Amino acid sequence: MSQQTYDRQNPAFYALLITLVVMAIGPIYLMLTTSLKLNIDIMSDSSSLLFMPTLRNYETALCDFLWYEPEHLRRCDPTFGRALTNSLIIGLISTAITLIIGTMAAYALVRFRFMGRDVVSIWTLMMRMVPPAVLLVPVFGIWTFQFGIDGSRGGIILVYVALNLPFVIWILQSFIVQVPIQLEEAARMDGAGPFQVFFLVVLPLIKPGIAAASIFTFRVAWNEFLLANALSDRNSRTVPVTIVNSLTEFDIDWGVIMATGMLLAIPPIIFTFVASRQIITGMTAGAVKG
Amino acid sequence: MSIASTNRMTPYLFLAPAGLVLAFALFYPICYMIYASFLDWNPSQRIGEAEFVGLRNYFKLFGDDAFRESMGVTLKFAAVVVTIEMFLGVGLALLLDRNIRGMSVLRTLFILPMMIAPIVVGLMWRYMYHPTVGIFNKTLKSWGFDGIPWLSDGSWAFASVVIADVWQWTPFIFILSLAALQSLPASAIEASKIDGASGWQQIIYIKLPLMLPVLIVTLLLRLIDSFKVLEVILVMTNGGPGLSTEILSLRINRTASEFRELGEAAAMSNLLLIVLLILTFTMFIYNKAQDARAARLRAVEEEV
Repeated sequence: MSQQTYDRQNPAFYALLITLVVMAIGPIYLMLTTSLKLNIDIMSDSSSLLFMPTLRNYETALCDFLWYEPEHLRRCDPTFGRALTNSLIIGLISTAITLIIGTMAAYALVRFRFMGRDVVSIWTLMMRMVPPAVLLVPVFGIWTFQFGIDGSRGGIILVYVALNLPFVIWILQSFIVQVPIQLEEAARMDGAGPFQVFFLVVLPLIKPGIAAASIFTFRVAWNEFLLANALSDRNSRTVPVTIVNSLTEFDIDWGVIMATGMLLAIPPIIFTFVASRQIITGMTAGAVKG
Repeated sequence: MSIASTNRMTPYLFLAPAGLVLAFALFYPICYMIYASFLDWNPSQRIGEAEFVGLRNYFKLFGDDAFRESMGVTLKFAAVVVTIEMFLGVGLALLLDRNIRGMSVLRTLFILPMMIAPIVVGLMWRYMYHPTVGIFNKTLKSWGFDGIPWLSDGSWAFASVVIADVWQWTPFIFILSLAALQSLPASAIEASKIDGASGWQQIIYIKLPLMLPVLIVTLLLRLIDSFKVLEVILVMTNGGPGLSTEILSLRINRTASEFRELGEAAAMSNLLLIVLLILTFTMFIYNKAQDARAARLRAVEEEV
């Protein structure tokens, strides 16, 4: 495709494009610059583009992880550092679990078809639309009184796995259907058991699907607030929960809070740049066929 | 165990973990919630100690002005947001469906707002709407206008929330309709060009009708998601001022955590779930009908 030619467009068209790009990433850019400003610069009336960028806000947020003592801090507040660790652990573990059991289930549903595909797809669709707000009351009640896992990371991980599974199964199905059955039959001829066929033949072939699914799963676990807020205690709070908690105070320290927001936004931004193709595939799957 | 019986067991082994998790952590909670909506239950009680009150929670809700208002806000929000986003998204897709350099970069930049945590989106907009340090009021003031009470006046707050949501989700519709546009049969567009259709005629008579199935699914997906919006509004206004931006999921959260009425919150969740169920079923049935129609057309073609 190196020889591809592009149509010429008129200047107004490019002006529109630039406006759109500015509108799309302007707020994100604004958050980035604010996080690099001192409060004096944020409060000043002139909306100056010129300011001395400083990492001080990030030092304040991450002081727990630093090997040196930032001189502007009198006392290090470990809340955010702890939340970041929690978010990472919860995000990674719940993504791993969801993907492992999700791929297995999707594979079984596609290959062994012992239930109608329709039944499965309407169930996954229905489960997919359940908003976290609806799960708030029952999950709080059950986790606290019956399972006794409220306030622990395990409890939060379990909700996220359950929330993400329907989508993961649904999207992986569409990838597994495309794996030629002959490949699997050949492997079985050579004496591979069902688990070997699955792990050694099917899994490598659906890597793009797994990439898309893992990004979506991690994103939900990383970004979710409501359930984490209801289920976590002081030691298992995730980053979104700490951000909202620090917002309720009357006097907001915009620099620091924008730095924490930026830190929360960085992983999804990296994923977007690395794997935008897979993300778009995942988004369009189901709505647009072919 | 013989090989044959292993093979027979395999599907169940593969399905078991997912099935268990879904049963315990999703299906069971939903049933639990339906049951809880008939109870007078506060968070310090075990569910067994809660009193069974039948449909009282529901009657209370329908008699409650605050709930009716928040239901109204939810519906208004969904309708306004989805309409604006559909027009903008589809319009932009039609406009940008050209062979230009850097389209993939553009698409990447456009999905950023959707990938970032809703909490952060709310944070960014709350900062931009800030009466003194926010960029909107700063700019207005430097031009000599008065600042606008973005988040502190009822109707402005609603508009502000809508703007933030439009910013975040228009790209979703844009990307889906662009994908739909690019998978249209080139022959139909080619034929219309030969017949001398103008750009507008092509859009109205060829492109839009052919895109319609995808557009309807997109609309329903977005509509379902617009009932789930919570964090952005929570951070920006927390439902205020008054109840002007208190959408249903926010009200559920408040009823559960502030008013400590778990039964009532469960009843509200149930109502929300019913709305979403109807939408989802519509989508599923529509998809089925489309598939059936495609199959029939194919059968007709084969006969000829």
